Amino acid sequence: MDLSTTYMGMSLKNPLVPSAAPVSESVDKIRQMEDAGAAAVVMFSIFEEQVRQEEQLIDDRLAAGTESFAESLSYFPAVGDYHVGPDAYLELIRKAADATDIPIIGSLNGVSHEGWISYARRIQEAGAKGLELNVYYIPTDPKLTGAAVEQEYLDILKAVKSAVTIPVALKIGPYFSSLANMAHQFDQAGADALVLFNRFYQPDLDLENMTVASTLNLSTPEDIRLPLRWIAILHGRIKASLAATTGVHGAREAVKYLLAGADVVMTTAALLKKGLRHLTTLVEDLDNWLEENEYESVRQMKGILSQKTVADPAAFERANYIKILEKYKTEYRMV
Amino acid sequence: MSKNITIIDGNEAAAYVAHKTNEVCAIYPITPSSNMGEWADQWSSEGRTNLWGTVPLVAELQSEGGASGAVHGALQTGALTTTFTASQGLLLMIPNMYKIAGELTSTVFHVSARSLACQALSIFGDHSDVMATRQTGFALLASSSVQEVMDMALIAQAATLESRVPFVHFFDGFRTSHEVNKVELLDDDQIKAMMDDKLIIAHRARALNPERPVMRGTAQNPDVYFQGRETVNPFYAAAPGIVQKAMDRFAKVAGRAYHLFDYVGAPDAERVLVIMGSGAETALDTVNYLRKNGGDKVGVVIVRLYRPFSAAHLLAALPKTAKAIAVLDRTKEPGSAGEPLYQDVVTALAEALGAGSLAAMPKVVGGRYGLSSKEFTPGMVKAVLDELKKTQPKNHFTVGITDDVAKTSLDYDPAFSTESDKTVRAMFFGLGADGTVGANKNSIKIIGEETDMDAQGYFVYDSKKAGSRTVSHLRFGSEPIHAPYLISAANFIACHQAIFLEQVDMLKYAVPGATFLLNSPHGKDEVWNTLPRKVQQQIIDKKLKLYVIDGYKVARDTGMGSRVNTIMQTCFFAISGVLPREEAIAKIKESIKKTYGKKGEEIVRKNYEAVDQTLAHLYEIQVPAQATSAHDMPPVVAAEAPEFVRHVTAEIMAGRGDDLPVSAMPADGTWPTGTTKWEKRNISLAVPAWEPDLCIQCGNCSLVCPHACVRSKLYDPAQLAKAPASFKSVEWKSKEQPGRRYTVQVTVEDCTGCGLCVDVCPKKDKANPAKRAINMTEKAPILEAERANWKFFDSLPDADRGALDLGSIKDFQFTLPLFEFSGACAGCGETPYVTILSRLFGERALIANATGCSSIYGGNLPTTPWTVNKEGRGPAWSNSLFEDNAEFGFGFRLTLDKHREYALELLQKLAGDVGADLAGAIAAATQHNEQEIGAQRERVARLKQKLAGVKKPEAAHLLAIADALVKRSVWVVGGDGWAYDIGYGGLDHVLACGRNVNALVLDTEVYSNTGGQCSKSTPRGAVAKFAAGGKPGSKKDLAMMAISYGNVYVARVALGANPRQALKAFIEAEAYEGPSLILAYSHCIAHGIDMINGLKQQKLAVDCGHWPLYRFNPDLAAKGQNPFCLDSKKPSVPLKDYAYNEIRFKMLTRSKPEEAKRLIELGQEDVNERWRIVERMAAAPAGAPVEQL
Repeated sequence: MDLSTTYMGMSLKNPLVPSAAPVSESVDKIRQMEDAGAAAVVMFSIFEEQVRQEEQLIDDRLAAGTESFAESLSYFPAVGDYHVGPDAYLELIRKAADATDIPIIGSLNGVSHEGWISYARRIQEAGAKGLELNVYYIPTDPKLTGAAVEQEYLDILKAVKSAVTIPVALKIGPYFSSLANMAHQFDQAGADALVLFNRFYQPDLDLENMTVASTLNLSTPEDIRLPLRWIAILHGRIKASLAATTGVHGAREAVKYLLAGADVVMTTAALLKKGLRHLTTLVEDLDNWLEENEYESVRQMKGILSQKTVADPAAFERANYIKILEKYKTEYRMV
Repeated sequence: MSKNITIIDGNEAAAYVAHKTNEVCAIYPITPSSNMGEWADQWSSEGRTNLWGTVPLVAELQSEGGASGAVHGALQTGALTTTFTASQGLLLMIPNMYKIAGELTSTVFHVSARSLACQALSIFGDHSDVMATRQTGFALLASSSVQEVMDMALIAQAATLESRVPFVHFFDGFRTSHEVNKVELLDDDQIKAMMDDKLIIAHRARALNPERPVMRGTAQNPDVYFQGRETVNPFYAAAPGIVQKAMDRFAKVAGRAYHLFDYVGAPDAERVLVIMGSGAETALDTVNYLRKNGGDKVGVVIVRLYRPFSAAHLLAALPKTAKAIAVLDRTKEPGSAGEPLYQDVVTALAEALGAGSLAAMPKVVGGRYGLSSKEFTPGMVKAVLDELKKTQPKNHFTVGITDDVAKTSLDYDPAFSTESDKTVRAMFFGLGADGTVGANKNSIKIIGEETDMDAQGYFVYDSKKAGSRTVSHLRFGSEPIHAPYLISAANFIACHQAIFLEQVDMLKYAVPGATFLLNSPHGKDEVWNTLPRKVQQQIIDKKLKLYVIDGYKVARDTGMGSRVNTIMQTCFFAISGVLPREEAIAKIKESIKKTYGKKGEEIVRKNYEAVDQTLAHLYEIQVPAQATSAHDMPPVVAAEAPEFVRHVTAEIMAGRGDDLPVSAMPADGTWPTGTTKWEKRNISLAVPAWEPDLCIQCGNCSLVCPHACVRSKLYDPAQLAKAPASFKSVEWKSKEQPGRRYTVQVTVEDCTGCGLCVDVCPKKDKANPAKRAINMTEKAPILEAERANWKFFDSLPDADRGALDLGSIKDFQFTLPLFEFSGACAGCGETPYVTILSRLFGERALIANATGCSSIYGGNLPTTPWTVNKEGRGPAWSNSLFEDNAEFGFGFRLTLDKHREYALELLQKLAGDVGADLAGAIAAATQHNEQEIGAQRERVARLKQKLAGVKKPEAAHLLAIADALVKRSVWVVGGDGWAYDIGYGGLDHVLACGRNVNALVLDTEVYSNTGGQCSKSTPRGAVAKFAAGGKPGSKKDLAMMAISYGNVYVARVALGANPRQALKAFIEAEAYEGPSLILAYSHCIAHGIDMINGLKQQKLAVDCGHWPLYRFNPDLAAKGQNPFCLDSKKPSVPLKDYAYNEIRFKMLTRSKPEEAKRLIELGQEDVNERWRIVERMAAAPAGAPVEQL
């Protein structure tokens, strides 16, 4: 069975790619994922802001109390060689690229113009075959217009594209007024792929301590619907590759995404829950599905249920909503 | 500029040569020598090799005794071995030094010479320690400057190998060990040229080796010991010549010539000084000045090799014309015929006279100077030389102090100066926390390494760890600087904290026309009127150029937080003119890149921005013609302070301690307690403010305050009649004492702003969850009101201790802290425990305190925190040494036990005189609780009244010891360095002895006071000095070791995890009529945490199982119950969730990620195993023997 696919111009042996998550925190784990069948690995995201904060924190803590009291002018050994900033991240990419035969894709969240450019360059220099821009950005300023936010995305994309030669994917959220138009604009601006969607961290409230709780919930298979719709809508309408990245727990979801038109399917939740070996199951199950359904390759089935090719294109649009409501009323005898 | 020029301090200079020329280094940290071992360890951990291409092995021992034993062993087996130490540490090495010398073993001990603990401990420099080793057989070689430290370290190394006489190479603690100076670095070829491989191989050939066995360390008898002792004579006779030969070789190799006794001065000098150490530099400079400016016939003999003492070389160096000689010793030997160097010089001259090689005996006098880094200035040198003009100069004099008791002191002119006007003399008054010292060290590097100018820096720190003040003394000049003394006439003064102008008269040091740089939050147009009147007048009178910058604003705007270091450094370069401005700025930026590069781009970027922003915010102020301020510097202490505090303590606080005469000092080191209350340091800009309506009156804030600044009182509403209007009060919510009023009062002037009280407050405002019942607020607007409130609060009656349930935090809050306002770090994790001790048992406590953080914040002048209650009772406290603390406190207990026994015997004899009822009641009294102890105290008071009227010798004796009849609480307190390492043997013995001594171990899991060295309490995986790669082994389980005795009460407590359990443990430990050990988890600045999270980290330490809470109470075993009570729950979070909040663990993930992973996994296994053990012990059946628990 031919599971191969093309993503951002890269030929991949199959469409299954672990998404940006802590599972890529060590070379060992990256190799395990490769062995389990990952076609590429998107590294966990490096956050420029976090790097800056950590640099500051380490400096502050190491400096605290020093040069103040005659007997204890410092409290820590002068460690000559330690890694702060992006060094450790870049080193991991370097080692992972050396240790594996699959493409390693860096993932970056910048805060400053210089940060986006400089980190992107360094990720490329470290040996990443591609770069995913994780524009994790929550516009909270009431004065900030949607147009300005959109322009910010475009500026970042263009700046990074002009700084690196490796393909660049843009990971976005669904919260654009006109997502299709934005996708088109990103496409025009040179995005090599769009990754749908960024599951922006949703804070909870801790009622016991009356604070904001920082817990992270993994996606569930039900969460695939939003990206599924947009992949189906965008497939065939833009040049950029499409990556689906929410709710993939089994081959079922992967198949759906591929049928909708995804070039690759990304997963984290399944790997966190079931272990890295689960990738093998996913690949095998995908293979089995193709075989059972008499498809010869992933290419053959990719996008056949996209809006462009599906028998009922309106099913992905508003009309479908009315149908669902009608069906709902019928089922629950509300009419 | 030579490529070998570098800027280092004396410690680094010594360590540099020692590391190059040795294979093994066994050390133990002690100020001011610790840095030498730390350098060696750092270089070895970085893989830096010695001269022969191998990385020296550096080992930290458990004490200096241990270090010297390891050195001895390493030497005996043929390794080139060294150590670094000072003071008591050197004294602990003395037994081995006799052995090493007796066995003619080549080694060099590098010693940053320091005072010995006598009437008081002092970390500062003099020769008391090295002089205490002059009889051991070690050669003593002195260095006077940082360059000499490097040079003499090598000369000593060369000479010891050839002579086989071991060497102490010493230099003045702090003055030289910590002085940053421009030196020429010896390169490998130069060092190699001094090292003779044949001698090294001969050293190895003498090693113990089972292939060709010999034995050493035999026991000898009267028949041969004496002769054996005399065998070494030829070696000592040859040693001076060998040292001179090494010096001569060194002169050829490095171009700097030294002699055993170097004479500098007039060839026909009539008045001559003899001196060694850094004071020699001052003497040399002064002699040169006097000759140049007055043609004085004066000179100085600088002693390099003090032992073996070569009289011949001394006599050769002394000008024949010398008529009067003053020998200056930096040590004191009470009761001697004179100090050691003086005696040696006199003996040499007398012998020469007797032998006819000296025509006439010159007048020779001896004097003491510079003890404990007391300043030794040109004025003092001149005073000594002037004294020598007299027909009968004063002998056994002192110089540098006013001795109005024994009248030993010489008068001197403090204004006399030899310094060139061309030398830039800059003083910087900063806060420890603002990075001033670091920036100044950086400036010296820039100027010293990038220009031909000579450069020198010396830094003075105060005695407090929180809000400590630093004064940097920097000199730069085109001429060589020989000035190992503080600047007293500065042409540049920088004040990095405007508040200092209210506290320190810094402009008295300014020369006319000097530049004064002020960091002030006030704008350029307003700043003048904010200055105290005296400061304004000084600026006007001295025609100072005044510059101002709001450094904190620039720091905030550029993301530098509170660190104004780079900003103030930029100001210095911009206005001092030491370097052209543009060049200076470029160099600062280069230096920033070098210094902060590895810390990350962000740090570099912020510093660059700070530099750029500084120049735009620096203003020169046009000084008005008249002083306009209405306010002046406030009095140092309140007028109602006790006389001693006003006349002595306040003078020290004001920086005028040097001016206090001998008569002002207690003769035996006895000082009054309770003096911190007079030192209103006002170090925090933010302080807690109480919200009465929100408060649930739990008492947590009062319990955890490290500085005892948060107090609670319960009182009758009628007492509010005289309360200030702003005094806060609320109805007491408990049913037990309805109608009473309750107040939480903060003494804001003593608060360090740590925020722990806010962090621990459980009550949140419903409308605003960020607001609690106590919140940090800006101090300035409330200061005046809170001063009055505190005064009123203090006047309210204290709680009746007998009515309190001391085990309840709600009641505990009303106990009076008898340990308050210490100089510990803001947010200190130790002091809350110390305060608990004082609150529970303080009025009857005797405390032996091991040297360390707790002895420093507990006993460092000028003010000390142990205090008294309104009846005048409070803890009696003493610090003996580091290593002997348990034994010291054990001695307290022996006295108390004996005196109680003796008092009861006397009481029985005197029963007829004092009343049988009273005598019987006293003898039979139980003292298990506050009421019973109070009743006994009252009985003893009556007894004393009666005894005063009994005219029998026994009555006088009983009167003297009757206090022992009231229950005493004996505590031995110290850190883990003491309990786990240096004092462990003693602690173990005391615990095993069964007497009622309570040990409180403030366990920070690291040597905190000496700056973060690894102890046996350090947990696996934590980075510490001497464990830069993460401590590989697990933490010693001191609690289980003590439990194994079966009759020791043992508790592990962590206030942040379970305060009630901690209180319970203290009460049980004290109640137990045998030895007790409390291990108290103490978060520490050396953990690399934000101290406001200290209590949270304590809780996490418990929750992850790193620090299980338990109590082992032998009293329960006696009742047939399981003595082991586990007080914490099964670990609920992984170790890393606790550990990686702390830089000590996290650092390793950045330096050695794989090793960090391995060690944290092993650490987790430690935790699991420890939990398995305690769980099993807690589940053991009642009555099981300890070994089966």
